Amino acid sequence: MRPDPDTVRGWLGKVPDPEIPAISVVDLGIVRGVGWEDETLVVDVTPTYAGCPATLVIALDIETALRDRGIDKVEVRRRMSPPWSTDWISPEGRRKLLDYGIAPPQLNAANCVGMLSAQSAACPLCGSKNTEAIAARGSTPCKAQFRCRDCREPFGYFKAI
Amino acid sequence: MDPLVTFCLRMGDTTLILGQQTAAWCGHAPVLEEDIAFANMGLDLIGQTQLWYEIAAQAEGQGRTPDDLAFFRTERQFLNAQLVERPNVDFAHALMRQYLFDAWHLPIQEALCESGHQAIRELAQKSVKEVRYHIDRSRDLIVRLGDGSEESHAMMQGALDALWPYAADLMAIDAVEQALVGIGMLPPLDRVACAFEAETAVTLDRATLAIPGNGHARTGGRTGIHTETMGYILAEMQQIPRSFPDARW
Repeated sequence: MRPDPDTVRGWLGKVPDPEIPAISVVDLGIVRGVGWEDETLVVDVTPTYAGCPATLVIALDIETALRDRGIDKVEVRRRMSPPWSTDWISPEGRRKLLDYGIAPPQLNAANCVGMLSAQSAACPLCGSKNTEAIAARGSTPCKAQFRCRDCREPFGYFKAI
Repeated sequence: MDPLVTFCLRMGDTTLILGQQTAAWCGHAPVLEEDIAFANMGLDLIGQTQLWYEIAAQAEGQGRTPDDLAFFRTERQFLNAQLVERPNVDFAHALMRQYLFDAWHLPIQEALCESGHQAIRELAQKSVKEVRYHIDRSRDLIVRLGDGSEESHAMMQGALDALWPYAADLMAIDAVEQALVGIGMLPPLDRVACAFEAETAVTLDRATLAIPGNGHARTGGRTGIHTETMGYILAEMQQIPRSFPDARW
């Protein structure tokens, strides 16, 4: 059985990110390629952060998910270039983040001068843009901690990188 | 040794030792946010180390893994800049060490984005985005604490006086870098020192801190000469893999 790459992508769309299970590895934009090399299914994955502890878990989750679908030979390869950016999170992924209570990263803000101070986030709970950053790092390295000045609730913001 | 291997070890050893030192703040930083920040930056640095060691191991071609390079080399075989092995002492020292490192790390990563070596270029394009967040934090804290209370100012000035002489080791360039620049694998690195000077002059002035004026400089880490703290760091970092060399999770 050699399912076509689009079918495989569909399956990977159900593999959750281990740290933010609301979105899948496909939503996150880290699956770079799916294809067959002889009898082996090769999945190219790009890391989010160089030292992201979830990277190994993601590779294992992808392998496990594909084995569960009956594919015996799976190889997850790391592809570094071009480097992943939060702009690669799909519109669907951004919507799921918001539903989960995490403000999605500002677009076109990665690698900018001023970093976090140049980024703004709307409150995922009430939608207000009247928010402030309270800590550059939150429950995971990729998120900053924000507070809404209107509804007063704290929330996580997925930093642009 | 192949200059490419030496250069990658100089970079990777520097990020590894700082990552190890930074990780030691987990559970000990003065506030929770800084605890998380130090631990997470340690993760970034150790992730970058992995990439440097992969390039070094491949160029070396002796089948060593990144773990072999981290855990089974001795002090004189480590080529990190001396700055990063300076002890944690207190939050002021850790922060100043981080800031001086970041002020060098950002411009060198920016320069390496134009490296003629594909894997180094890809590593830099990935890392530089993380490094921008690192210096964003350390610069902000240097200014806030330097230009803070009398006590925080005195602590930051003390840390700067102690650590400034070691900054020169980050920028020490010898025949290794010159050889790599010569064959186009590295871009000219003079601009890194210029960028470091410009960054520190502006930020330390904003922080009301005075750069020590005696011109004293400590170098040698990049050729394997280390200070007395290095052995203790390696002993702690390497103890488990050396005691149980074939252990697996």
